[in-house]
Amino acid sequence: MLKNNTLVGWLMAGPIMAVLLFFLVLPIVMIVVVSFWRATEFSIIPAFVWENYEFLFGSNVTYRVFFNTFKYAAITWAFTLTIGFTVAYFLAFHVRTLTWQIVLFLLCTIPFWTSNIIRMISWIPFLGRNGIANSTLISWGVIDEPLDWLLFSDFAVILAFVHLYTLFMVVPIFNTMMRIDKSLIEAARDAGASGAQILWNVIIPLTKPGIMIGTIFVVTLVMGDFITVRFMSGSQSANVGRLISNDIALLAYPSASATAVVLLLTVLIVIGILLRFVDIRKEL
Amino acid sequence: MTTPTTDLELVSVTKRYGATVAVDAINHTFRPGGYACLLGPSGCGKSSTLRMIAGHEAVSDGAILLGGSDISTLPPARRGTAMMFQNYALFPHLTVIDNVAFSLKMRGEDKASRLKKAGEMLDLVDLGTHTDRLPDQLSGGQQQRVALARALITRPQVLLLDEPLSALDPFLRIRMRGELRRLQRELGISFVHVTHGQDEALALADEIVVMNNAVIEQAGPAREVFNAPTTAFVARFIGGHNVIALPQGHFAIRTDAVGLTRSEPGQMQGNVTSVEYQGAHVAVLTRIAGDQDISALVPEDVFFSHPMNPGDQVGLIWEDTNLHKLTA
Repeated sequence: MLKNNTLVGWLMAGPIMAVLLFFLVLPIVMIVVVSFWRATEFSIIPAFVWENYEFLFGSNVTYRVFFNTFKYAAITWAFTLTIGFTVAYFLAFHVRTLTWQIVLFLLCTIPFWTSNIIRMISWIPFLGRNGIANSTLISWGVIDEPLDWLLFSDFAVILAFVHLYTLFMVVPIFNTMMRIDKSLIEAARDAGASGAQILWNVIIPLTKPGIMIGTIFVVTLVMGDFITVRFMSGSQSANVGRLISNDIALLAYPSASATAVVLLLTVLIVIGILLRFVDIRKEL
Repeated sequence: MTTPTTDLELVSVTKRYGATVAVDAINHTFRPGGYACLLGPSGCGKSSTLRMIAGHEAVSDGAILLGGSDISTLPPARRGTAMMFQNYALFPHLTVIDNVAFSLKMRGEDKASRLKKAGEMLDLVDLGTHTDRLPDQLSGGQQQRVALARALITRPQVLLLDEPLSALDPFLRIRMRGELRRLQRELGISFVHVTHGQDEALALADEIVVMNNAVIEQAGPAREVFNAPTTAFVARFIGGHNVIALPQGHFAIRTDAVGLTRSEPGQMQGNVTSVEYQGAHVAVLTRIAGDQDISALVPEDVFFSHPMNPGDQVGLIWEDTNLHKLTA
């Protein structure tokens, strides 16, 4: 009977395991394998050599690009967290009725009905040299010359990242906040806590798992991105994603794989460190 | 701790939610240093009343006085009241001792002194050994003691308890009941306790305030409310009473004041409809003329000396002094 149960258990887990094996484990294994192959200008040779990694870690560009990737992740994280927490806090604690909470929450998601790329590109006419932002500022007399740094700059990249990914912060934080028992806030007020004290001593500690899940979303999305950086920096800045995409464009698959493996490990280490701080299991 | 020099007074306190009136201009003065129970069915306004006293609900009209001064517009922490919440509302991310010390931390007391005071308070509720646990790691009864300690550490003049025993199992409920009573006596402060259980109210309270439909039906010492209910609602809600419609009006009579006889005619004739053995007593339900049900609680030995069965014709007897005229 017991043996039978084990069999049934494996059978039930079977389909999802097959899917994960085929679509997740196998590709990653493939990437790892290819990262050890040898490449020349015109051919790729199956082998087991470290030269892709040696080249990667021997090049100054790698470190600069990784630094840039971390910089984007950190700045985007700071902005999405601030905005996302504020929006979620407003939705969860200031909007009184469930109906309005749902309406406003859906309103937040409407921009996500269009694709990432469209939303990103729509910044270009706004931020351009003769774009809406510059012409408005000039007509107001705030500036005399168009601002150059609005588009095709780190500013534009981070603006687009924040625009694209803030909702990934709002959703988990809002979700955690909605689970906070409202009587805890009354209990805090009963104990004489001011609004700021309630925020700092009750709401933020209890929202940590949501913040952590949002952080993981945003950090992994930003670190893996290449298209936003390409469009919004006008190919003037690079992150690891662009490094990989350039390699692929040159058919340098082994080199691209090696970079991908290093990026994957970096992201996993970052998430590992984040999970050390907060236990998110309760939220799953 | 605090000497009971202050008394809590409600002056035509009203609470409206839109068009509905949850509490309708109630007046009451609580006995200083007493244990009062607000008793009533759900939706009668007892919780709203408590929350208005605590300051978690704004008063639509009227005033709440504590020690002679109007506290109805003060923030909760400055009223001299403290509240113990129904589900205890312990901070799940803080240890027991940090939960208890929370209000001291908010007041800016330094760590050593607030932990010392919290430790003393936990000793008072017999939880001195569990200070570093999280609320989730405690049993329901222990959580309640933490909530109690957290409310008491602000040294309130009035402790407000919102259905504090409803989350406990029956056995623990009776034990905590005794403990609440003991604490109240030791501290000498007023407790205002909201409950829908009449047995809980009778067991605990010096003073019972029965509420129904947003108004106070009757208030007074527990014995007085039980022995002399003034309205049909109170007589039915407090239990142990029959409400009889007689030509002279409606009367309440305790079920154990009704006797049964088969030899004499008695004040009324009835048919036994059911007999229920309850241990020390036997509850006999009879139906009298006009389809009124009267139940009689007969001592077990008396009943079994002359057993009765459903369908038997019996006479109901009582002393007229045991009848209490009801106003409504």
